[in-house]
Amino acid sequence: MFDFSVVTNWVHDWLMSLMPAGLAVFVECVLIGLGVLVLYAVIAMMMIFMERKVCGAFQCRLGPNRVGPWGVFQLFADVIKMLIKEIIAIRHSDRFLYNLAPYVVILGSILAFACIPFNKGVEVLDFNVGIFFFMAASSIGIVGILLAGWSSNNKYSLIGAMRSGAQMISYELSVGLSILTIVVLTDTMQFSEIVERQADGWFIFKGHIPALIAFVVYLIAGNAEVNRGPFDLPEAESELTAGYHTEYSGMHFGLFYVAEFVNLFIVASIAATVFLGGWMPLHVPGWDGFNQAMDYIPGFIWFFAKAFFVVWLLMWIKWTFPRLRIDQILHLEWKILVPIGLANLLLMTVCVVFGWHF
Amino acid sequence: MEKKKHSYIGGIAHGLKTLCVGLKVTFIEFFTKKVTEEYPDNRDTLVLADRFRGTLDMPLDEAGESKCIACGLCENACPNGTIHVESEMVTDEETGKKKKRLVSYRYDLGSCMFCQLCVNVCPTKAIRFTTQFEHAVFDRSKLVKTLNKPGGK
Repeated sequence: MFDFSVVTNWVHDWLMSLMPAGLAVFVECVLIGLGVLVLYAVIAMMMIFMERKVCGAFQCRLGPNRVGPWGVFQLFADVIKMLIKEIIAIRHSDRFLYNLAPYVVILGSILAFACIPFNKGVEVLDFNVGIFFFMAASSIGIVGILLAGWSSNNKYSLIGAMRSGAQMISYELSVGLSILTIVVLTDTMQFSEIVERQADGWFIFKGHIPALIAFVVYLIAGNAEVNRGPFDLPEAESELTAGYHTEYSGMHFGLFYVAEFVNLFIVASIAATVFLGGWMPLHVPGWDGFNQAMDYIPGFIWFFAKAFFVVWLLMWIKWTFPRLRIDQILHLEWKILVPIGLANLLLMTVCVVFGWHF
Repeated sequence: MEKKKHSYIGGIAHGLKTLCVGLKVTFIEFFTKKVTEEYPDNRDTLVLADRFRGTLDMPLDEAGESKCIACGLCENACPNGTIHVESEMVTDEETGKKKKRLVSYRYDLGSCMFCQLCVNVCPTKAIRFTTQFEHAVFDRSKLVKTLNKPGGK
């Protein structure tokens, strides 16, 4: 199994030999920050391309295919267009909050993004309450959305932001409960530990029925958490033009757009990490030859394969179901998903106490 | 259809079942052949329905003659005044009978709305619609077409 900490240790030793310890740590932080931002941007572009292709396939279309092979350069054209567009200042908006909002959204998104363990040794933010930190960081984005809706001085934006607030705060509960179910099984909240514990089987197999229920609840709640269809009513085009980002243009809109897609990736990769083993290869206890063969595939390939598989599942859901009404969304959460989540948590606890898991 | 009332658990089960039906449909759709026509690239293999109304056409035989008897019914039937039939009276030399003869059949594609009334009304089936649909030209006057061959019937 390839361990990325070999590379990071080598860089650390090399920098320590060149400069004092404080400066070396500072340089490392800058390097890691740059790396996270670059990966963030690359994943955003991959996600947008994948969304277009997958959406096309579900609607029996081909998707973009004119610019470059399979239409990949369409993406770069769109990014450049977004970068050079004018940012229009709305006359009666709250200028400071209006300009701040997209950065709050992107900040929450990047903080959550940094929690993801990509490979053995590639865990930027990894400490003993990692899951708590992840959930707290991913909730910052909602503040940005509320700010955007409020400061735009536009009733559609405000309605969109308020719906978004009601929806995201509600669904956070289900996300928390379903992750908590797995925390009960693992008795740790550290992402690297969670992945290590899945060396002898992923949690969706080890936790069987309760883990499977938690996985489905997590997928539904995660989809709602990132405001994607069928829960995309904060930005329902047909009723609210574009919801909270109606008044944004140019790169400010681009930041909302990018954050939305990377949030989808974050939700999917947390699902992949917590339920499907993250970068841990598929191991079956007892089959040593098989396990060894699986170890030859590097961890980040396992991780990205699982994460993009979950992304595909979420896109499948998005392009199948029609949008829900706000009362239906809250009904689904408070009357169905939360009771199921609580009962499932109890079931998992019973399973753990009696040792009914693998 | 009467709406069936479900119990709480039954409602959830029913909901899950119907959701799975929807997911199945889109899953099959994901792998079926895509319906997109990549038009300018597939000109050679493009298949259009036979009854597609592209442009009005008057089939001519080898001598450049059509079945048109210059009756003018199509001109009268056209709601837009798209068709202009010019005719002359000629006397048949053998029988000595007078007969109408087509001089020019002008069709203005620019004002045609493809209602097919002219084709339906034609007593001799002299005109028909073809599937030729690439109409773009640089000048409006080029849209006015003479369908018969000059000198032909």
